[in-house]
Amino acid sequence: MKLNSFYSRKLHSLLGVIPLGFFLLEHLLTNYEAFIAGKEGFIEQVIWLNGLPLVLFLEIFGIWLPLLYHGVYGLYIALQAKHNVGNYGYVRNHMFLWQRITGVITLIFVVWHFSDTRLQVALGNLRHEELATHMYGTLSSPYYFALYVIGIVATCFHFSNGMWSFLVSWGITVGPRAQRASAYIWMGVFVILSVLFILALTSFTDESFALSILDSAQIEIG
Amino acid sequence: MSTETQNKTIRFIITRQEDQQSKPYKEEFEIPYRPNMNVIGALMEVQRNPVNAKGEKTSPVCWESNCLEEVCGACSMVINGKPRQACTALVDKLEQPIRIEPMRTFPVIRDVVIDRGRMFDSLKRVKAWIPIDGTYDLGPGPRMAETKRQWAYELSKCMTCGVCLEACPNVSEKTSFMGPAPLSQVRLFNAHPTGEMNMEERLETIMEDDGIEGCGNSQNCVMSCPKGIPLTTSIAALNKDTTKHMFKKWLGN
Repeated sequence: MKLNSFYSRKLHSLLGVIPLGFFLLEHLLTNYEAFIAGKEGFIEQVIWLNGLPLVLFLEIFGIWLPLLYHGVYGLYIALQAKHNVGNYGYVRNHMFLWQRITGVITLIFVVWHFSDTRLQVALGNLRHEELATHMYGTLSSPYYFALYVIGIVATCFHFSNGMWSFLVSWGITVGPRAQRASAYIWMGVFVILSVLFILALTSFTDESFALSILDSAQIEIG
Repeated sequence: MSTETQNKTIRFIITRQEDQQSKPYKEEFEIPYRPNMNVIGALMEVQRNPVNAKGEKTSPVCWESNCLEEVCGACSMVINGKPRQACTALVDKLEQPIRIEPMRTFPVIRDVVIDRGRMFDSLKRVKAWIPIDGTYDLGPGPRMAETKRQWAYELSKCMTCGVCLEACPNVSEKTSFMGPAPLSQVRLFNAHPTGEMNMEERLETIMEDDGIEGCGNSQNCVMSCPKGIPLTTSIAALNKDTTKHMFKKWLGN
């Protein structure tokens, strides 16, 4: 079946919000638990999530396949543009360029983050309960920490600015006044999401996350 | 000519091209200054005396122009990096040397003469007209509300000049996106009470390949349009119409 580009582009736009946007927010809530309730709180959240019924089904159809489509088709869209911010240095044209740059960064970041965490669980090298300690190991290197901050900020921008575009592409914000208001709101969302994600990130560098799996197992039982 | 302006000259760097196949090259010109001169006037000066800045005899620069009052769209070219009409590009308001290039989004015929044919093809594709021909007198059509007429009139100012396509990062040899101008015309003719009768036909056309999905919201078009047409509002309004039409087609059939 050859999808006409109108529908394939619309699908790309929709998948960016549902389910990927929702998953991003869910991921933030889980991570933020590490900032509020520390290691135990985070592990509890991870265990709760993985206890959801049909969790593998949810992961495949709610995250992996939409990510694959949005990422691959998005890369195609990004490569089709002929960027011209040099001659047309308008705000929205810069946003157009950055939406594509952050899209590519997000794709690389997500592939790396996925293969470092969920893939390792799938391969049997890591258990869900060990992820907190594993992240402590990764993030205690300032080099990896910086890469995570870049990845997170890029992802939050791509999501927030993407929401702005989504509202235009589906004909919800039509006039210039509505689009301007929407731009302020989503840039606010970008800042808030980035701050919350980075706060969560810093909590993973806390000493308590260095504890071995045995300790966390005891917490779980206790 | 007064003594004050007698020795003053203006420098031009013009990107030239022999024909569609040949490689572009830059040629400099030094033209005697006249007050209130526009770019077309300068090009006419080159035509009168085709000698470049080195003093060599050269072929006169080819360009297209017609109305000389920014309503026909024929003299669009890239002047100092921005696409615009040469007739309203006043030399006094331009930084020198004045750089002139063709709008490369379109096939270059010669020098700054381009073929805007793809825009007219798009207008035909989206049926940017109101079909009223028939075998009998159809009588007067329905009236248009004054409030609607006011914004529709703004859309009707489009002169198919091609500036919005030139400014758009998604219109290039890499894509076949029809660009903002024909899309805005779809909104114009769908707004007309008689044109509205063919609304769905036009929406279906822009929901095909090369249609409205090509827009990436860089919004360069609305910033560049010489007629101040709210192109991005037109596109967003059509996004709304096509979204509604899509659901109507899926759920209504």
